[in-house]
Amino acid sequence: MQFWIIQTLNSLAMGGLLFLLSAGFSLIFGLMRIPNLAHGGLFMLGAYVGAMCMQWGVPFWLAAIAAGLAVGALGTVLEGGLLRRMAGNEQGQVLITLGISFIIADLCLLTWGGDPVPLDAPRMLRPPVFLAGFAFPGYRLAVLAFALIVALGLWLLLERTRLGAMIRAGVDDRLMARSVGIRVSRLFSAVFFLGAFLAGLGGVIGGPILSAYPGLDTDMLPLALVVVILGGVGSLPGALVGSFLVGIIYNFGTALFPDFAYVILFLPMVVMLVVKPSGLFGRVTR
Amino acid sequence: MAIDALTLTDIDAYYGDSHVLHRVSLTLKQGELLALLGRNGAGKSTTLATVMGWLKPRPGRISVFGEQIGGLSPEAIVAKGVALVPQGRRIFPSLSVRENLIVAARGKGRWDMERVFDTFPRLRERKSQAAGSLSGGEQQMLAIGRALMSNPRVLMMDEPSEGLAPQIVAEVGRIIAGLREEGLSILLVEQNLDLAMSLANDVVILNTGRVAAFGNAADIARNQDVIDQNLGVF
Ligand SMILES: Nc1ncnc2c1ncn2[C@@H]1O[C@H](COP(=O)(O)OP(=O)(O)OP(=O)(O)O)[C@@H](O)[C@H]1O
Ligand SMILES: [Mg+2]
Repeated sequence: MQFWIIQTLNSLAMGGLLFLLSAGFSLIFGLMRIPNLAHGGLFMLGAYVGAMCMQWGVPFWLAAIAAGLAVGALGTVLEGGLLRRMAGNEQGQVLITLGISFIIADLCLLTWGGDPVPLDAPRMLRPPVFLAGFAFPGYRLAVLAFALIVALGLWLLLERTRLGAMIRAGVDDRLMARSVGIRVSRLFSAVFFLGAFLAGLGGVIGGPILSAYPGLDTDMLPLALVVVILGGVGSLPGALVGSFLVGIIYNFGTALFPDFAYVILFLPMVVMLVVKPSGLFGRVTR
Repeated sequence: MAIDALTLTDIDAYYGDSHVLHRVSLTLKQGELLALLGRNGAGKSTTLATVMGWLKPRPGRISVFGEQIGGLSPEAIVAKGVALVPQGRRIFPSLSVRENLIVAARGKGRWDMERVFDTFPRLRERKSQAAGSLSGGEQQMLAIGRALMSNPRVLMMDEPSEGLAPQIVAEVGRIIAGLREEGLSILLVEQNLDLAMSLANDVVILNTGRVAAFGNAADIARNQDVIDQNLGVF
């Protein structure tokens, strides 16, 4: 019994973390058609920057926001400086974002070395929480709650504000959106900033669980891909459900069948690609 | 002398290498309705696309109330007071009716969402519905409402009667007449000759990318040769 409850909570906490990682990836790919393979690198960079801030004495949540802003700024520079010039050229964007992710990985290794850098959870969240006689790690519960709050905030922004409607109009029909006066390219830059911000923030939030280490980027990027393929590209509810699915599959898979963890993780993705390539919540692309 | 609402002077336009407009000139006077007629493929939509900044006029000059707009981006051209009801309507299908209107709102003027809903009560009934699920007539009303939300000085409409049932065409006609009465300057592209002639002050007829005839609507309507040569096929 204890095993199931603890694993379920771990799955949900990991799902929350995956959502912070993949929401930005999914938005950028779904709205702007940019397959940003540097997203794992942005996540890792966020973790390192957050660790550095905390070594300077910055409190955890401020460090998370600072890392998000720094990574978001880098994302904006990359989008405006490189990716926008290659609009519509997906193959070029794949290659250039892959190249950027190598550069980020090398610079992180140069700056912070090869040893894992731990990030401490905020003191307040370290003690276990007792629920129904079981002890739960407090920080994991907090990650889950935080991810749900971010999900709700993003959903409200996209679905319930004029700004969100303008972004969706730009996705529906870019030229027509521009012709009713919407500055689509400026809005999309803001979306890219937001996606990169979430990646950097997620890296710090995930830090106390994962820490920052070389290879964190390549560990995380495939998970984001699986999430987005299961949930559907560009769909926020899809990213949320996909994140929890992957969290559950990954945790129970590695616990129950440790030898087959990767098969268990990637098999559902392959099945989804065959059965419903647009994912659970994906829109069929026109 | 009053400033004209929209003037095109010797516009040429290309899609890639294909030369579609040849020295097209026309003048829309303030508060009037100019009908732009021509057969399929004559270049009517291309003319509107060039005004809207979708294509660059090269060479040629376009001005709105005396201000040059040739070469500006669509966003900047909207800001100069030009709005387009495009061929095929091109409403934002995944947005609700309300959202289609609010994303286009700009400036203070006669038009806001309430007034659009008063003009098109059907849209108010469906304001929360996805615009893609509307009927063709409703989508046309929405495309017109969306254009009005920017409080334009010049309204361009590309075949607003296309594919609509006769009584809806009549309703669209009444609405266009009302907008003209209000003083809005309108450039109307139509294949429906009766509708266009009943609304227009002046008429320009395009034939394979060139201005074949222009003049007062009543004069053109009487000139059966010009109509047969440039519009009739049937
Ligand atoms: N995107 C495009 N690329 C290349 N050629 C085009 C494009 N759009 C239109 N054309 C060509 O330009 C010419 C003018 O087309 P345009 O759409 O302006 O005609 P139109 O008068 O609006 O016709 P219709 O009444 O059918 O809407 C046609 O020969 C058409 O084939
Ligand atoms: Mg046309």
